[in-house]
Amino acid sequence: MSADQHNIAHHEEHGSMTKKKIWGVFWVLLGITAIEFFIALVLIPRGVLSHPVGNIVYIGLTLLKAFYIVAYFMHLKFEKLGLIYSIIVPLIFIIFFIVWMLYEGNFWMHIRL
Amino acid sequence: MTTNTSEIDEIKSTPWNGGRSPFNVEYGKMMMWFFLLSDAFTFSGLLIAYGALRFSSVSWPNPDEVFQSAPGIHGGAPLVFVGIMTFILIMSSVTMVLAVEAGHRKAKSEVSKWMIWTIIGGFAFLGCQAWEWTHLHHEGAWWGANPFLNKDGSVASTNFTNLFFTITGFHGFHVFSGVVLNIIIWINVLAGTYERRGHYDMIEKVGLYWHFVDLVWVFVFTFFYLV
Repeated sequence: MSADQHNIAHHEEHGSMTKKKIWGVFWVLLGITAIEFFIALVLIPRGVLSHPVGNIVYIGLTLLKAFYIVAYFMHLKFEKLGLIYSIIVPLIFIIFFIVWMLYEGNFWMHIRL
Repeated sequence: MTTNTSEIDEIKSTPWNGGRSPFNVEYGKMMMWFFLLSDAFTFSGLLIAYGALRFSSVSWPNPDEVFQSAPGIHGGAPLVFVGIMTFILIMSSVTMVLAVEAGHRKAKSEVSKWMIWTIIGGFAFLGCQAWEWTHLHHEGAWWGANPFLNKDGSVASTNFTNLFFTITGFHGFHVFSGVVLNIIIWINVLAGTYERRGHYDMIEKVGLYWHFVDLVWVFVFTFFYLV
């Protein structure tokens, strides 16, 4: 049974991440990081982007990097849909907690002022 | 009668009716995924606490002023050193996937080579972090001590340093554990354990952990050094 399972798993994984694709993802990650540096060192100091807008762009780029790492390096994109959902769906609780706590933090600041 | 049998066969052929793994992954790999999910919640707890405290502050130290040094550069170079650290970690993630890829081809010497590079990358990152911590400590920053002023010139609370050292320390500890695990797996590769087993699944499992450490750094980098 166990050996059979291995065969199935390995068969599908083969060819999904070639050396070429691995380096492709590397350049994407490096490129996104370079864009972040460009924003931090050039665009924001020169006033092209304001800080709040820059922060939103940073978070967007961070999530994009996270997607590439999880989908390709961690191979999640090529797993069964059931496994993908059981990893991704629980993250809803993190989003909920972020919204809740940042709202709360903002409230603390207002009662301090 | 024959229709009944074929109907039963039909039902049994779905992935959720027993007899095979519905997720089509090996048990240890699935457990690594669920461990990483729990670890993601732990790191989220820390980072969200950071967010809440930062949102509750009128002003906060400017990362470009706090992190502006590198070995041989005394100030005036924001993001340079952390850029090097980020590059090292991304690079070591790449060498890790290359080890996994070589494992699929059961190429023992190649797996070993890429594992060595991944381990070197891990040590390089830890070395950088040790330098940064030492540097900040010399400037007077530590748990409970914050020498940096807020952006608006007011005196900052120790929230900034407490959170910085706790979160990068917790991440650094993960890197350290990852390096230890990588070394153990590398020794097993050399000993031929996986060659005898017939597959290199352990490389994938330790690889998942290593990529997760890289993933956490992506967030730490954004929220401590950029935002």
